[in-house]
Amino acid sequence: MTNTRLSLTLGPVLYNWPVSRWVDFYTRIADEAPVDRVCIGEVVCSKRKPFVDDVILDVVDRLERGGKEVVYSTLAMPTNKRETRDIGDMIQAGYQIEANDIATVHLLNGKPHIVGPFINIYNEDSLALHLKLGATRVCLPPELPLESIRILANGNKAVEVFAFGRPPLALSARCYSARARGIAKDACQFVCEAELDGMNVETLDGVPFLAVNGIQTQGYVVTAAVRHVDALRDAGVVSLRLSPQTCDMVRVARVFRDLADGNTTPQEAGESLSVLHLPGPLSDGFLRAVPGHSLAELD
Amino acid sequence: MTTPLELVCPAGTPAGLRTAVDAGAHSVYCGYRDETNARNFPGLNFDRLEMREAAAYAHQHGAKILIALNTFMRAGTTDLWKRGVDDAVEAGADALILADIALVDYARKAHPKQRLHLSVQAAAATPEAIAFYRDRFGISRVVLPRVLTVEEIARLTAHAAPCETEVFVFGGLCVMAEGRCMLSSYATGKSPNMTGVCSPPSHVTYREDRDALVACVGGFTIERFNRGEPAGYPTLCKGRFLTDGTMSHLFEDPVSLNAVELLPRLVECGVTAFKIEGRQRGRAYISTVVRTFRKAIDAMASGKKVDFEELRGLTEGQRDTVGAYKKAWR
Repeated sequence: MTNTRLSLTLGPVLYNWPVSRWVDFYTRIADEAPVDRVCIGEVVCSKRKPFVDDVILDVVDRLERGGKEVVYSTLAMPTNKRETRDIGDMIQAGYQIEANDIATVHLLNGKPHIVGPFINIYNEDSLALHLKLGATRVCLPPELPLESIRILANGNKAVEVFAFGRPPLALSARCYSARARGIAKDACQFVCEAELDGMNVETLDGVPFLAVNGIQTQGYVVTAAVRHVDALRDAGVVSLRLSPQTCDMVRVARVFRDLADGNTTPQEAGESLSVLHLPGPLSDGFLRAVPGHSLAELD
Repeated sequence: MTTPLELVCPAGTPAGLRTAVDAGAHSVYCGYRDETNARNFPGLNFDRLEMREAAAYAHQHGAKILIALNTFMRAGTTDLWKRGVDDAVEAGADALILADIALVDYARKAHPKQRLHLSVQAAAATPEAIAFYRDRFGISRVVLPRVLTVEEIARLTAHAAPCETEVFVFGGLCVMAEGRCMLSSYATGKSPNMTGVCSPPSHVTYREDRDALVACVGGFTIERFNRGEPAGYPTLCKGRFLTDGTMSHLFEDPVSLNAVELLPRLVECGVTAFKIEGRQRGRAYISTVVRTFRKAIDAMASGKKVDFEELRGLTEGQRDTVGAYKKAWR
């Protein structure tokens, strides 16, 4: 084992949480969660953004006072002029930016930034190119297996891995939260606000399969890289991403901090996570290069 | 307008390529028989010799050949993709269709004069994203994602110039943003981005259940066909699911894309290339579809009326949609 300390990044809240819940969440994170940096910003649907905009400065201030590095995560699939202009405004405002689409990388024009998990980096050449374009850290797409991560993380101290939370799987122009209720995206009435961990999607046999979050589709399972933390660190990974769910994220952060520091075993960590109110079972399929829904074995 | 309209047709096999060329394709697109292309299905695609012969055939008949290497390079094995680029250039490709940013970079550096197209798998859906690839890598054409409306296509095409735009007008329809979908990987371990397959046949199973045929992908039951009902291929995003106890085609009905009625609008928008999906399709299908579309495009190019009835007839008996091209789809 090397001595490199793994840092922890709290990813952006991917769901349309009511703004009061959003503020309370970050307030508690600022005060209690042992994470090094916190991503804020609306990544999935720009229609949700105005709610957060009203309170974002206070939240940033609070997080910074709590000693967290704050990162502004940008929209994963901007399509209209207003959306790209908003991204440009956040760059101008001087935030540390996490780019989730190539359009944002273009707008950054070489300024140092972070690349989020929605940009396709599958190999060492793409990673090197993004580092040349100004990326200082890259959170890899969640479907990458450990075998690829080992090659990508080698020697650059820039790789972050999606280590906790429902895995983001797809984006669409269509809003499925709205479609499930028979309404169109333009008339959505923000129905996604009722789905704090996404809306569960089951197969015809009633087997839980996916979760829908507006235009985003996620896995039903909850990614948990607990058994692989040592391997990831040994591979040169410098940071683990914890993606917010409604469960106690302060507790999740403590579990991963203890795990990264060698103060707990993967088995204990898995047990600690399992007793939280998770939206689905723990999974590490993508890391093991088997179907992404495959459950993690904890012993 | 200086750029002539171009009908871009699929070629899954050498015979399919000749069929498409003979039927009037302005250009054909195809790929090598490995995971470098996004239609990596058994029995499809071209080996090195076949590709050189295919290029020669296309060129003899005045057609262009576009070679797709549009998956994302696997870590540690990027040589497979780079060799593909080199071989495609040597085979005489009129353009390469690429998705991985590093492969685009490689192709531009190793073959400075080679024409490059940006695959739909790169999901360039904004003027900024297109400018990125155009300005840094000299991309000549971008294949637009199927998630855009006609209005958005018009705006993008205006901003993209001198880079051309190509849009899908017929065939399969991805409801997710292409190149950004891991549903198949989640259910089966095989994904479009990494292995060039989606909901692969190797992971599809059927079982009889009373009077119905039940289809599973990766063990997940996603469709149930009653006896006598036509059983379409079970693609994950076209399956039926339960949400809050209600069963529906949550993502998309099992429809295919047919944007024929939008052709004149798309031409007005400045789109110059029209793509037909379906490298896995049979020769009879390809021949009919290509011939019919070529007639429509020739009519538009010479200012004549398009025979829409004939085009609509192509999907007779099947359900089709103009998809995201109309905003109400969303």
